[in-house]
Amino acid sequence: MKERNTITLTIDGEAIDAPKDATIQQVLETINKPAPIICYHEATTSEGICRQCVVEVEGWRVLAPACVTKVNDGMVIFTNSDRVNRSRRTILEMLNASVDLSESPELQGQMDQFDADRERFPQAKTRAQDVKDDNPFFVRDYEKCLMCWRCVQACGDDIQYTYSISVGGRGFESKISTFFDSSMPETTCVFCGNCVAVCPTNALKGKTEYFMELGLDYDQIRQEKRKERKKNGDG
Amino acid sequence: MINSEKTVRSTCPYCGVGCQIDLQIKDQKIFRVDAPFGVAPNFGRLCTKGRFGVDYVHHPSRLTTPLIRKDFGINPRKAIGLEGFREASWDEALDLAAKKFAEIVEKNGGDAIGTFCSAKATNEDNYLFQKFVRGVLGTNNVDHCARLCHAASVAGLQIAIGSSAMSNSIAEMKDLDVFIIVGSNTSETHPVISTFMREAIVKNGAKLIVVDPRQIEMTQFATHWLRQKPGTDVVVFQAMAQVIIEEKLYDKEFIRERVEGFDDYAASIKESTPEWAEEISGAPAEDIRAAARLYANAERAAIYWGMGISQSVHGTDNALSLANLALLSGNLGRAGTGLNPLRGQNNVQGCSDSGGLPDVFPGYQSVTDPEIKAKFELDWGVPLNPEAGLTTMEMVDAAEKGVIQGYYVMGENPMMSEPDLRHARHVMEELDFVLVQDIFMNETAEYADIILPATSFAEKDGTFTNSDRRVQLIRDAVPAPGSARDDWQIVAELAQRVEAKLGREKSAGFEFDSPSTIWDEMARLTPEFQGITHARIVKEDGVHWPCPTPDHPGTPILFADTFPSGKGKLTPLNYRPSQELPDDDYPLLLSTGRVLYHWHGGTMTRRSKLDDIYPDPTVEVHPKDAKPLNIHAGDWIKVRSRRGEITVKALITKRSRPGMVFIPMHFAEAAANELTLDARDPQAKIPDYKVAAVVIEPMHL
Repeated sequence: MKERNTITLTIDGEAIDAPKDATIQQVLETINKPAPIICYHEATTSEGICRQCVVEVEGWRVLAPACVTKVNDGMVIFTNSDRVNRSRRTILEMLNASVDLSESPELQGQMDQFDADRERFPQAKTRAQDVKDDNPFFVRDYEKCLMCWRCVQACGDDIQYTYSISVGGRGFESKISTFFDSSMPETTCVFCGNCVAVCPTNALKGKTEYFMELGLDYDQIRQEKRKERKKNGDG
Repeated sequence: MINSEKTVRSTCPYCGVGCQIDLQIKDQKIFRVDAPFGVAPNFGRLCTKGRFGVDYVHHPSRLTTPLIRKDFGINPRKAIGLEGFREASWDEALDLAAKKFAEIVEKNGGDAIGTFCSAKATNEDNYLFQKFVRGVLGTNNVDHCARLCHAASVAGLQIAIGSSAMSNSIAEMKDLDVFIIVGSNTSETHPVISTFMREAIVKNGAKLIVVDPRQIEMTQFATHWLRQKPGTDVVVFQAMAQVIIEEKLYDKEFIRERVEGFDDYAASIKESTPEWAEEISGAPAEDIRAAARLYANAERAAIYWGMGISQSVHGTDNALSLANLALLSGNLGRAGTGLNPLRGQNNVQGCSDSGGLPDVFPGYQSVTDPEIKAKFELDWGVPLNPEAGLTTMEMVDAAEKGVIQGYYVMGENPMMSEPDLRHARHVMEELDFVLVQDIFMNETAEYADIILPATSFAEKDGTFTNSDRRVQLIRDAVPAPGSARDDWQIVAELAQRVEAKLGREKSAGFEFDSPSTIWDEMARLTPEFQGITHARIVKEDGVHWPCPTPDHPGTPILFADTFPSGKGKLTPLNYRPSQELPDDDYPLLLSTGRVLYHWHGGTMTRRSKLDDIYPDPTVEVHPKDAKPLNIHAGDWIKVRSRRGEITVKALITKRSRPGMVFIPMHFAEAAANELTLDARDPQAKIPDYKVAAVVIEPMHL
């Protein structure tokens, strides 16, 4: 019985026993060799969007995203081949060209690890835009958004079941948006901030933190809130 | 990006879910709140209050120094703001307070003092508080706001099964099969719990039955929504029980082995048909039948409830009607079943557990049981009062009669939370001495003679016990403002001074160097806590009591084999209408409750950025009631009852049926309890906050 639920695969030349239904990433975690990740989060459903966790599987035409690919008996996996590393490096270089990753320490670390050229695509179109500041609790700085979808998943079927944000637009124009692009208070948002918690790049940020970065102290932040209320005509 | 200088694991200070949080600190201020994903009960999830609402900790209006009323000794006293107080040293304030309490005890005995401990303070604070009250003042007059929230649930569950806590855990909610939510606006009052319920429904196909007069958000996820008229819950559940018996859907084996009173109960509800229930409650008979079948036929089915059940003149009956259903269908003692009153405050479970009640020592050990009294007398080394003390509302009555002359209020705000506030205020004016201990000035402190500044949850160590009986830690994360002290330290200081003034030869014991040693003393005296220490909670993140020994794993699910009372008891019930119903003069039915962005008396949330999104007191009015009066959304209107009047902003909504209005209780400038009436459940002594008669008037007339 036990044998039928266990398979054996080879990872970087080493034979590993693993449960039949595991993903490659789950097996890599058990041997302390997790693939680098961007869109993956323990609390959200893996969608294989970012492709940063790819590994090379012998005999496969394309690289396999470790977060969603199930292991097979006899699989031969390379986690550190030139092809894998080149892919990961290129993803980071392209993201860095268009998205502000300055507040993503983990991705900065990966850029160092994979020797990414931060200036490789100097002409790239960027996602530069104004910070959206439309509610008392958090700001949305989509210049920093790399479209991992984690916030959408947290708002929807992975944590909150509130469905106030979704992905709008196509291709490079795709963005995290609300229905009719409404301000957050006009949506079903309950300001739980579970989206803020899973954001990997600080594109979503609590307002206390945001204002403290701008040099305001706690009491000034409180004044700021009152001003905002007055602006909205609420006295 | 701000780099955190310190991350401190703690427990959210708001509702009873007890979410584990990581406070991120920079320059001695909390700048962000995270939640650990792998840890129960919230597994990384938070709601808006926990995530964004703890900024009240750093509010400039925190109390920072002891205060003494300038017109100390005047009678009757009037409510007065901070300007009516002068700053004092701790020595002066504690000495004066001790002198007043000692005088009252010497002249009229300890029973002339009424005390309120706190569902917001720690188990250790509350243990020491009740030890002071019982062991030094010599009275059992100690109660807290659990009396005003789940007292009826406690009373009902004690009768039915001999226990009163939530029977099952939050962690198992995502695997529910069938469940009932009644009288709980779960997504606003226990938001994180509601996400697990929604996960059960959306991801795992669970079926939900909502019983609520208002169209709360959870109705969107419900298979059946039984919309009863307020105050008719018993009727709906009696009819469900009638269907279960009539159609023989009950669990024969469970009843044979674990339940008594079946025959009498079955006979008593013969006439309680769904058609009878429809006539009284307005919930369609066919829906009641379908809900009964769904609940009784489920492999496992749970019941969750809130204030809609307990805050009623027949709250005990309401709770009993739920217990009857669970006992009939064998839905107790297994994962995904149970009787689960959702607790509203961070530590209302723990405050009750720690002896913050007039009739029991810690662990619900009766103060009138000679053996138990002897055990505590031996340990504390002082004689104890053999008579049960007074409940919250009974203390108000006693104060009105002059029997109680002094109040000690720690971290509670009865002048917001009691019904019929005008009357409650009158009583406060006549007291001889009032000591208040809190983190902010509030409506009760305005009547104080002395105010002592306490530390908040982020400035002290200790434990909170959440709704599913999980004992969890809070930790000192930021410095206290001014000279504010931990509640337990204040209590210990005060107790020793009162002992000295009374010339007691032997102290009941108030020398502690940390909350963990206070916990150890309580655990030593309380069998259900004996296996729990602070060190163990550090290691395991939290432990569910009962936990009798160090190697016991804790008990997330109660009643697996037996009930504390032996067999469960089915209780025949009679429907009784509410005390005050709408009439020609006061044609609308008023219900009160909470909204997502605020919490209880608002002392904390009104001083947080939460107040920015919900700044004004409101009333929900049905368009059919608003139109004839020419009331529009956003209009300020008057709401009046036989007891008082408030001015609130109208929300025009079909959430409630025509003829009913709903007012949140959080706003001091328009306190809903100016309107409510002091009508109480005869057993639980809980006031009815959910049914009163009011009239509304536009301001533009």
